[in-house]
Amino acid sequence: MAKTSVWSDNRFWQRSAAWITGFSAVLLIWLTFDTAGQISMGTDADLQNGVTKRVPGPTVINYKISYEMSTARGHEVPVIGEKEKFFGRDDWSEEEAGALLHLGKLGSQVKNCMNCHTLLGNGAYYAPDLTKAWLDPAWQNDGTMQAMTGKDTKEEAMAEFLQHPSTYPTHARMMPDLGITAEEAKGIVAFLKHMSSIDTNGFPRNFGKIKGAVHGK
Amino acid sequence: MASNHLTGIGSESKQLATWYFTFAAIIFGAQLLFGLVAAIQYVMPGFLFELLDFSVARMLHINALVVWMVFAMFGSVYWLLPDETGIETIGIKVGKLLYWVFVAAIVVVILVYLFIQVGPADETSIWFIHEGREYIEAPRWADIGIVVVALGFVANLFLTGTTGNRSGIVTVLMADMIAFAGLYLAGMFFTDNISVDQYWWWWVIHLWVEATWEVFVGAIAAYGLITMIGAHRKVVEMWLWIEVAMLFGSGILGIGHHYFWIGTPEYWWEIGALFSALEPLPLVAMFIHVLYDWGKTQGGQDATGVEVSVINNKPAFTWFVLNAFGNFLGAGIWGFFHTLPQVNLYTHGTQFTSAHGHLAFFGAYATILIGMMYIAVQGTNGIKVMKHTKSSLWAVSMIVGGVMGMTIALTVAGYVQVLVSRAQMGATWAGYFDGQSGMWFAQAMDWRLLMGAITFLGFLFLVKDLLSTGKNPVHER
Repeated sequence: MAKTSVWSDNRFWQRSAAWITGFSAVLLIWLTFDTAGQISMGTDADLQNGVTKRVPGPTVINYKISYEMSTARGHEVPVIGEKEKFFGRDDWSEEEAGALLHLGKLGSQVKNCMNCHTLLGNGAYYAPDLTKAWLDPAWQNDGTMQAMTGKDTKEEAMAEFLQHPSTYPTHARMMPDLGITAEEAKGIVAFLKHMSSIDTNGFPRNFGKIKGAVHGK
Repeated sequence: MASNHLTGIGSESKQLATWYFTFAAIIFGAQLLFGLVAAIQYVMPGFLFELLDFSVARMLHINALVVWMVFAMFGSVYWLLPDETGIETIGIKVGKLLYWVFVAAIVVVILVYLFIQVGPADETSIWFIHEGREYIEAPRWADIGIVVVALGFVANLFLTGTTGNRSGIVTVLMADMIAFAGLYLAGMFFTDNISVDQYWWWWVIHLWVEATWEVFVGAIAAYGLITMIGAHRKVVEMWLWIEVAMLFGSGILGIGHHYFWIGTPEYWWEIGALFSALEPLPLVAMFIHVLYDWGKTQGGQDATGVEVSVINNKPAFTWFVLNAFGNFLGAGIWGFFHTLPQVNLYTHGTQFTSAHGHLAFFGAYATILIGMMYIAVQGTNGIKVMKHTKSSLWAVSMIVGGVMGMTIALTVAGYVQVLVSRAQMGATWAGYFDGQSGMWFAQAMDWRLLMGAITFLGFLFLVKDLLSTGKNPVHER
């Protein structure tokens, strides 16, 4: 047999494949540790001390959230402002807010939100993205959705809609009744408010620039 | 003429493979039916409202997709193991038992999706109804069952691979299938933190479809080239190792393109952009590889002066070539369209993703798995040279035409969403519905439904052909 080149040697390519795969996997695991630290949920103390977390603690529901252009980062970021009442209270404790968020996150999965809507842009495309739904102009005080439910606050309007979606048709394509109870609706609204406070690197771009949510303090 | 594979007669492993293929084909049909329901709902929103809502139809559509592909993948491995290792699959009795466990679990899950649909917001629903996480909605009890079945399958593969002749193809499959099964564990927990949730959820989805499944396809394509055109094993296996290096080298860190906007740090922009830009390269390589080997073996045959095709299974080889091209087009091109963060900021969460999803799952996976079904039909019927029939040609044309049509329609719909809902209207509720009611969007959805119906007709031809072609006298025996 003639002298064979390493380039046509199966063992060489097998070893190369193993090394490249191993190296990529180790790099991914290392980056995962770094990312896991950066996306762990913040605490109530963080919020009180003004520590910015990419994913704030559940008590973020006690504060006003807006989505504003950051010139330093070149895109919008969620800004946590002054206290704001959520279902009539702005003193939800860490346990209470945590329980509400837990119920809401469970609800978001069990009610299968993701197979019509997108959450953080992932899911199905049959209904609007929910990433910043809490900041949507339609749900604000002079917004169409809030007006339709006849409620005085955004959170009550959203909770009412979630419980009786097919009585408030907004489009030929309606949301079905998913048997969401009053308590579950409250949890899901808390989950949505919390999600709007997550730093998504400027996604979605120009959200609500039509009117309202941007510079909405 | 390549005929260096055993026929399927008498091998229990191959018999089990045909069971897997049969159930896969049934679930493939279910996938298309529920896809049609969802497509009709885009055009007629009142269709089955509060009976079988879009969320349920779509969950069934994408879960059936994953399930039939996993079944056909297991079937493919059980089919090729005796050929590659030279021995009967070890632990085949357990394999057969686990098959029935798997089938029973899937049937129960589908019935629960269909008839219970939704429960109260508590852990019980997560355990017994569904988990509400796209693609891996299966309830927790079924997750555990799937892991048990997958471990049994991996054990069969390892015992057979280490006892018999462990070829390069078997070695790749062993490494790949253990990663495939292990990654599923990353999707089996609940967290209140949606960013953490989606971080690990992508470990399952991305590292399946853009890494381990792609490597699986590389191994199956290698097996197909050896059995169908008699390609040289050493050349094929060398290509396979190069493909593994390229696929894992780009695909593992390519996961970064899912971490642009879910709360994860900015450095994923650069990592995701770089590695996912490399992801099409192995797909180009796989395409060239299939055509090169085909040309090389056919050229060798022609040089002998006897003009005869080297392909011993025309329909299967057609699907394998479609796989080589479809993988490149659907996963490579349609994926690269929207993978850079500057573009993805506007396309993320639009019908662009859906267009890519349809063509990529079809091009990269459905094609080659259908090809494996034809190889099984050839083997179980002792056919030396299998030819196209009218039905097999109608099936290929209608399915390929239908899926391409759906993809183009969804791409147009995606453009409308990007321009109207995103760029112009800033992604709000009102912006979303402005985009949806645009003329181009509405017409795209009409076309998608029509093309979906054509795909389904093509599927009926495919089933008819798979069931009848084995006895057709046109084949050489």
